[in-house]
Amino acid sequence: MKKPEIAIVGGGPAGLSAALSAVRQGAQVMLIDRDPVLGGQLVKQTHMFFGSKKQYAAIRGIDIPQKLLAALQEEGNGKFDPRVNTTVLGCYDDGVLLLEKEDRAELIQPRKIIIATGAAEKMLPFPGNDLPGVYGAGAVQTLMNVYGIKPGTRVLMIGAGNIGLIVSYQLLQAGVEVTAIIEGAPKIGGYLVHATKVRRAGIPILTSHTIKKAYGCDSVEGAVLCNLDEKWCAVPGTEQSLAVDVICLAVGLTPQTELLWQAGCEQQYLPELGGYVPLRSEKMQTSLSHLFVAGDAACIEEAGSAMVEGKIAGLFAAADLGYAENVEALNETFSRELEELRSGPAGAKIRQGLSRLKGGAQVC
Amino acid sequence: MRIKDHPIIDFQRGKQVTFSFNGRQVTAYEGETIAAALHAAGVRVLSHSHKLKRPRGFFCAIGNCSSCLMQVNGEFNVRICITPAREGDRVEMQQGRGEIVEKT
Ligand SMILES: Cc1cc2nc3c(=O)[nH]c(=O)nc-3n(C[C@H](O)[C@H](O)[C@H](O)COP(=O)(O)OP(=O)(O)OC[C@H]3O[C@@H](n4cnc5c(N)ncnc54)[C@H](O)[C@@H]3O)c2cc1C
Ligand code: FES
Repeated sequence: MKKPEIAIVGGGPAGLSAALSAVRQGAQVMLIDRDPVLGGQLVKQTHMFFGSKKQYAAIRGIDIPQKLLAALQEEGNGKFDPRVNTTVLGCYDDGVLLLEKEDRAELIQPRKIIIATGAAEKMLPFPGNDLPGVYGAGAVQTLMNVYGIKPGTRVLMIGAGNIGLIVSYQLLQAGVEVTAIIEGAPKIGGYLVHATKVRRAGIPILTSHTIKKAYGCDSVEGAVLCNLDEKWCAVPGTEQSLAVDVICLAVGLTPQTELLWQAGCEQQYLPELGGYVPLRSEKMQTSLSHLFVAGDAACIEEAGSAMVEGKIAGLFAAADLGYAENVEALNETFSRELEELRSGPAGAKIRQGLSRLKGGAQVC
Repeated sequence: MRIKDHPIIDFQRGKQVTFSFNGRQVTAYEGETIAAALHAAGVRVLSHSHKLKRPRGFFCAIGNCSSCLMQVNGEFNVRICITPAREGDRVEMQQGRGEIVEKT
């Protein structure tokens, strides 16, 4: 059984940054991802990133993994072992991981594990939500931005958070019509820059609106919308029908924590952070000392904070193995970066969630 | 349904491969998944629910939701949204839950 010093599950911004941070300290790292290319969500993000300069804001998301990978290749010194097309199926309580690659299974026993598996999309209940043509926003992005295939011709977007707004704009760039973006809340959740961009392009954003049902025979042919009052109840008589062939759900994400559950990590339900999240210290260490977390798997946030959390997890996983050079100074820098990212009104929800986290270590 | 001109992305499509879907020939580009190629060819219904036989389509594209399971080269329950299309693949819509087939 292979025994890498550190195994990282998930090669998105969190996993890649964790790998770089650990390798820089001198540790040997195996980075595992089920996708054929590393980069996680970033490989689909064609827009200029929001966030802070240090975390590559104003660079297109799709260009960030290249920079991290180049640094890993340069500084890896044979200590960086990337494994793509490889899914981690099991994370046992004794620290053994079960890997699957092209129908072959392999067990490994890393000394430290960092879980950076990202998030899964939330579903919305409504009649007809199982019809072909109802897609998650991630699937629409994959089709469009990875394979260059249009998801359909006329799209109804559900959710006016950043993802709903950005994916709507990306649909326009791909030459697909977006008939409307609907949002249950009375105001738009995403950043104003993104909302202005889609409005300028002529897409109406209907707040206090929801979907009543999707209809169609073998696939989506349309949707019935209705208004919501201030108590989120449907207002009778406000139904309207829209002819669309795609309904795209952008109604939030939830941490992908299956492996953490399997291993037996303690978790807590915190809606502000996206659902069940693992308890962890300021070192990003979970209730099991060999297991660390970072990124959306720890709390639904942004790529910037995912990268900094990755750096912290990588740093302390390596430090636990004896690669302890300069840990305090580096940690101070990283913690300050996190604090900056979470300051201001956009970070209010995250700050509140983290302050309710049992042990509450991650508060800024 | 393939995007030809995109303001930001230059799609580097690989070489063409052909596979069969329910006996009909479908073209894909190397590196594309079976589900992506079927979508480009206009196929929206990928499977049916077991009990009520309601149509199921593409949903997550990352192998999480199981709504795209098909029979590929005799093997049942293949998640075609994460399976690259290869020349000569035999892809069929699956009826029922499928069986475990011993690989040779
Ligand atoms: C439309 C959209 C727009 C966005 N725009 C911005 C933006 O402008 N600025 C910003 O800061 N953030 C943005 N984000 C958010 C950002 O993309 C995420 O917060 C970030 O990608 C999270 O990083 P991560 O590394 O935690 O997870 P991910 O990027 O999701 O990576 C997780 C990786 O883990 C792998 N994985 C999961 N499970 C397993 C397993 N069992 N075995 C092996 N591998 C596994 C996955 O394949 C994936 O590669 C956006 C997100 C979306 C969807
Ligand atoms: S579309 Fe979800 S598993 Fe394939």
